[in-house]
Formats: sequence, C-alpha cells, structure tokens
Amino acid sequence: MSAPKTLYDKIWDAHVAHEAEDGTCLLYIDRHLVHEVTSPQAFEGLRMAGRTVRAPEKTIAVPDHNVPTTLDRANAETMTEDSRIQVEALDTNAKEFGLHYYPVSDVRQGIVHIVGPEQGWTLPGMTVVCGDSHTATHGAFGALAHGIGTSEVEHVLATQTLIQKKSKNMKVEITGSLRPGVTAKDITMCVIGETGTAGGTGYVIEYCGQAIRELSMEGRMTVCNMAIEGGARAGLIAPDETTFEYCKGRPHAPKGAQWEMAVESWKELYTDEGAHFDKIITIKGEDIAPSVTWGTSPEDVLPITATVPNPEDFQGGKVEAVRRSLDYMGLKPGMKLSDVEIDTVFIGSCTNGRIEDLRAAAEVLKGKKIKDGMRAMVVPGSGLVRAQAEEEGLAQIFIDAGFEWRMAGCSMCLAMNPDQLSEGERCASTSNRNFEGRQGYKGRTHLLSPAMAAAAAVTGKLTDIRDFA
Amino acid sequence: MEKFTTVSGVAAPMPLVNIDTDMIIPKQFLKTIKRTGLGANLFDEMRFNRDGTEVEDFVLNKPAYRDAEILVAGDNFGCGSSREHAPWALGDFGIKVVISTSFADIFYNNCFKNGILPVVLPKEAVDVLMEDAERGSNARITVDLENQTVSATDGTEFKFEVDEFKKHCLLNGLDDIGLTLQKAASIDSFEAGYSARAPWV
Ligand code: SF4
Repeated sequence: MSAPKTLYDKIWDAHVAHEAEDGTCLLYIDRHLVHEVTSPQAFEGLRMAGRTVRAPEKTIAVPDHNVPTTLDRANAETMTEDSRIQVEALDTNAKEFGLHYYPVSDVRQGIVHIVGPEQGWTLPGMTVVCGDSHTATHGAFGALAHGIGTSEVEHVLATQTLIQKKSKNMKVEITGSLRPGVTAKDITMCVIGETGTAGGTGYVIEYCGQAIRELSMEGRMTVCNMAIEGGARAGLIAPDETTFEYCKGRPHAPKGAQWEMAVESWKELYTDEGAHFDKIITIKGEDIAPSVTWGTSPEDVLPITATVPNPEDFQGGKVEAVRRSLDYMGLKPGMKLSDVEIDTVFIGSCTNGRIEDLRAAAEVLKGKKIKDGMRAMVVPGSGLVRAQAEEEGLAQIFIDAGFEWRMAGCSMCLAMNPDQLSEGERCASTSNRNFEGRQGYKGRTHLLSPAMAAAAAVTGKLTDIRDFA
Repeated sequence: MEKFTTVSGVAAPMPLVNIDTDMIIPKQFLKTIKRTGLGANLFDEMRFNRDGTEVEDFVLNKPAYRDAEILVAGDNFGCGSSREHAPWALGDFGIKVVISTSFADIFYNNCFKNGILPVVLPKEAVDVLMEDAERGSNARITVDLENQTVSATDGTEFKFEVDEFKKHCLLNGLDDIGLTLQKAASIDSFEAGYSARAPWV
C-alpha cells in the first residue's frame, strides 16, 4: 500500500503534468477564472508574443472589481473612464479568445468567486486559479485553488499549467459545534487571530472537524475565502454529501453517467488515516465567539465582548504597528468594542455575499429600522443571488429597514468603484480586509459576520449578536 | 526580462510589519491596462498628502533614499492581494531588492517574474541591515544573487536561500512561458490521460 496522503497530496498528485529534478512542477489547471483588473496585461503579453489561449473552454471571465453597483449602471456614464477601459478590455479579450463570459448585462454576472461555484465551474478535486488572492474560496469544494499574479495569469492562459513547488500541509481542526450566534466568519477570523496573518505562509490549510462538517457550502466558502488572510497558499475542505448536493444540477456540473463517475472519484478526496501534517492547530468550536476586528490587519481580531488592546501588550515590530493602527482607527486602549460607534454598514463581498449571508442579515433586520443617519448597503455577490433574495422577500426586508439594495459586484470590499468610505468614516463590513485605505482613503473598517453587521446597522454600534433582540 | 546579478546601493528602512499590497499600490492605481508607470504612485497614501505634496518624513521622500534600490522591511511584507501592480510599482520606482524576515507567498512569486529579488533573512540579520539602512547614504548594502549573499556596510555577510529554478530564471532573465512551452509534449500527454480519467473536467 502506498503511504497515506493528505487531501492536498491527492489533488496535487493528480495534476502534475511535469516534474523537474528539483521538484518544480507544472501543475495542470482545470479552471481559470479571469476578471478585469489583473488580466489586461496578461492578454496583452499573449498578443505581443503571438501566443493564444490554450484551453478557452476552461477559462471563465467576469467583470466584478470595477463595475458600479448602482441600479442605473447599465448607463455607461456611471463608470469612470479608466474603469470603463478595463471592462471593455475584458469584453474584447473574452470575445477574441473565445472564453466563457458573463458581461455586466448578464444576470449571472457577479463576483468571480461566487459565479464560479454557482455555475458549477468549480467542482471537487479540481485545480482552480484566478488573478485574485481570494481564489482560496473555491477550496471549500475540495478543489486546490490558488490566487496568482498577472504573469502567472498569462502563463496559465498560454500553457494551462502553473509552475509550482509543493507547499507544506497544515491541518486546522474545529472540534465540536458552534454556539448560537457564531458563524463561519467567526471561525475563519478566529483562526487568523490564532495563527497571525503570516502563520499560514508556505502552507495549504485543510479545515476539518465537526464544526466544519456542520457548515453549509456557503459557510465553507466563507472559511476558505479568508485562508489567504492567514497567509496560506490555499484552504481546503474535503467534499462530502453537502458538497455533492450543492454541485448537483449546476449548469456546468457533469450530468447522468458522468455525474455518477465524478461522485465516485470525489469520494476518494479525503485525508488518509495517518497522513502527515507539518503543522496542526485545534480549536474548540464552543470557544469561538462572535468576533470583530479592531485594527488594520485581519489578525487584529477579538471577541465582541473584549476591549481595545494596548500596544504595550504586543511584542517586536507589532508594538509600533498596533500604535499606528489604533491611531488610524481612532480607538483608545481599554475601550469596549461594543461601545464603538459606526457610520456605515456594508454587507457583501466574496466572503459574505451569498444567499445564506443575506438570509442571516435579513433575519436580524426583520421589522427593524437602521439607525438614523446610518449609511447601509447590501451588495449581493451575483445577479442570481440578488434574484433569489428578491424572490425570498429578503430584498424587501433590507429596503424596509433602510438599506440600499444594490447590483452585484465587489463594491465597497475594495472600493475601486465609487462605493467608498470618506475620511474617518467607520464601517462595519462583512468583507475580508481591514487594511488602511482599503474601503476608501482614511476609511475605518471593522470586519464581522453578516448578522453582526445587520445588528450594528440597527444599534449604530458594534453589537454582540447574542444580546440583540 | 532584465537579468539580475548584483545590486549594491542605498537601502531604505521600512520597519513596519505587515506592509500590505494596498499600501504598496492603492487600488485606485490598478485601473491601468499597462505594466509601466506605477512607480509614481508607489506607497501613494503614505508618500503623498491628499493635495499631492510629499509627506516630508516618509522614507522614500528623504533625499538620502530617493534613489534607493533596496528596501529593508518588517515581517510579512507584501501580504494582501495578488496584484502584480505591487512589484510593478516597486520595480518602476527603481527597487530591485526587498529584504525581510518573511513575505506573503503570491507577492514573493510575483517579484521573481519582474526582476525583483525578495530576500528572506533571519530576524538578527534583518535587524543589522535595518540599522545600516537607517544610516542613509552613508551605508551601502550589496546583494549578490549568484553567491546568495547580502553584505552589510561593514562587510558582514549573510547567506540567504533561494529556489534554484527561480534563481536560474532571474540570473538569466528567462521568460517562464517560453520555458514551459518547451514542455508542451508533457502537457499534451498529461491532458490526454487526464481527460480519460475525468471527462467532466
Ligand atoms: S469581493 Fe473583495 S475580496 Fe472578493 S474578489 Fe472582490 S475585491 Fe476581492
């Protein structure tokens, strides 16, 4: 019998198209997702070298980062000149090279990491890449999903492979069940708080344990999405019935006999008993609390019941970083996180822009109004999520509560389109990065779950969802 | 790509940890369809005031460091997004080497594709180089890729590790895609076997 393998080992081994003596591999890529911001230079490079796209049928393009999310966006004037040029470049490239393409006018358009799974492009056991760090999201299916740079985008377009060396294996086990009010977002933030933003560097993380098993596909995507905030190369969750159920019947999932064949092979995608991990982290599901970030790095995370920390409690280069980030965030050590008043609420992004996230937020908002003067918006992750939310009556709950009900896109997650914070504006956001300036110049971001974001919109403060009625 | 051999020059100190790609090149500058010209906006929000004037005490605005070719930075440099605009901006500004105790994976890879050498050294070594860098133009640091060494001003040498293949490409200015296409036959035969095993892909 061969040596026991991890899930990562299995997917890796199944995709090595060439291995050099020093272990550098050409990893075959099954799905390549492309968006407008990191791809124009890659297509340009192809053209200049007289090369073509090797597997256009495995390449999927969708504009998301730049697109306006206002209801009037069909009107091209709502887009700035440079954004328009990028979206047009994607349009031209997708058509010229024959890629699968979901333009802004298509109801299926949305954030690339939401569209891929939704359309059945992302399936267990695959290798998935995209010129975007949150490609890690697709790991929720037991797919090896890497974020890559533009040169690598060009490399994959031309060769359908990626030059890679194998990473190390890390196991993150969440035992037991989550307590009420605690979500996938809290799991993933808690793990980053534990490991730090560099803790996963050089590793592929496999998330496992009962609490992970009990998550829906949406929740699993939220967990894997932020693997990159922990520095990991990718996050993985072994596929199971929940996964197969989600994939079944999706437009690009296999059908009939091929479906049966696929499921048979997907059932082999688990870590063998006794397989080696280079690092193991175990967290008790019941110890995880609803969490928020207080600083400007995703590792600056604490339970909502905590107080703002003191820079002196940290070590090394982090002391200065904490001082700087508290200054940036306008917070004082010792202040209760639940006393922090906010101006804006953003619900959306590839972390928390799926239907389940909107359901969780709407549940909190039912029959309530957001605080006077609060700016609050919901940006569904895709046109289909938006349509479903309208059908389920969620959209009306948001609108009645005082939220803006937007079109799909990345929006205020990175504020490349006009959805931005102004100087000093403080936002409770369901996105994944609280970096300086991320949501707008001198804007202040607190990351949290959709339910917590909704509660904050009502109270005007960061709020413990468990105390909210 | 230009070949990389040795760089000897002034190093700019940036002792912050977790310098992320949003700091290196804020998103408003990603709306370009070119690879060039991003140096003007490198570290934009730290380097310039809102009215476009320079922030006086930002390191790269100080006379001693305006032409720095080396950055010495705190842990976990380049974390955050996959934007290759970050190394494009560094390179366009004239930075050829970044030294830190650790780098985010994607950024680390992206550097090599753009003729920039990220050097990982232990904390003690980075501390020495950081001190050197703080002495401004009185200090020069030398980075030798062939021999995998960084030399501080007083001649102290630190050895660093680098992947053989990446080193080879950087030293010779090689284009990855060209190299991979030479292996097209392997990819073809892999693809044939694979689509028999997993026809739904
Ligand atoms: S939603 Fe945010 S994190 Fe996700 S792809 Fe868009 S910009 Fe990136």
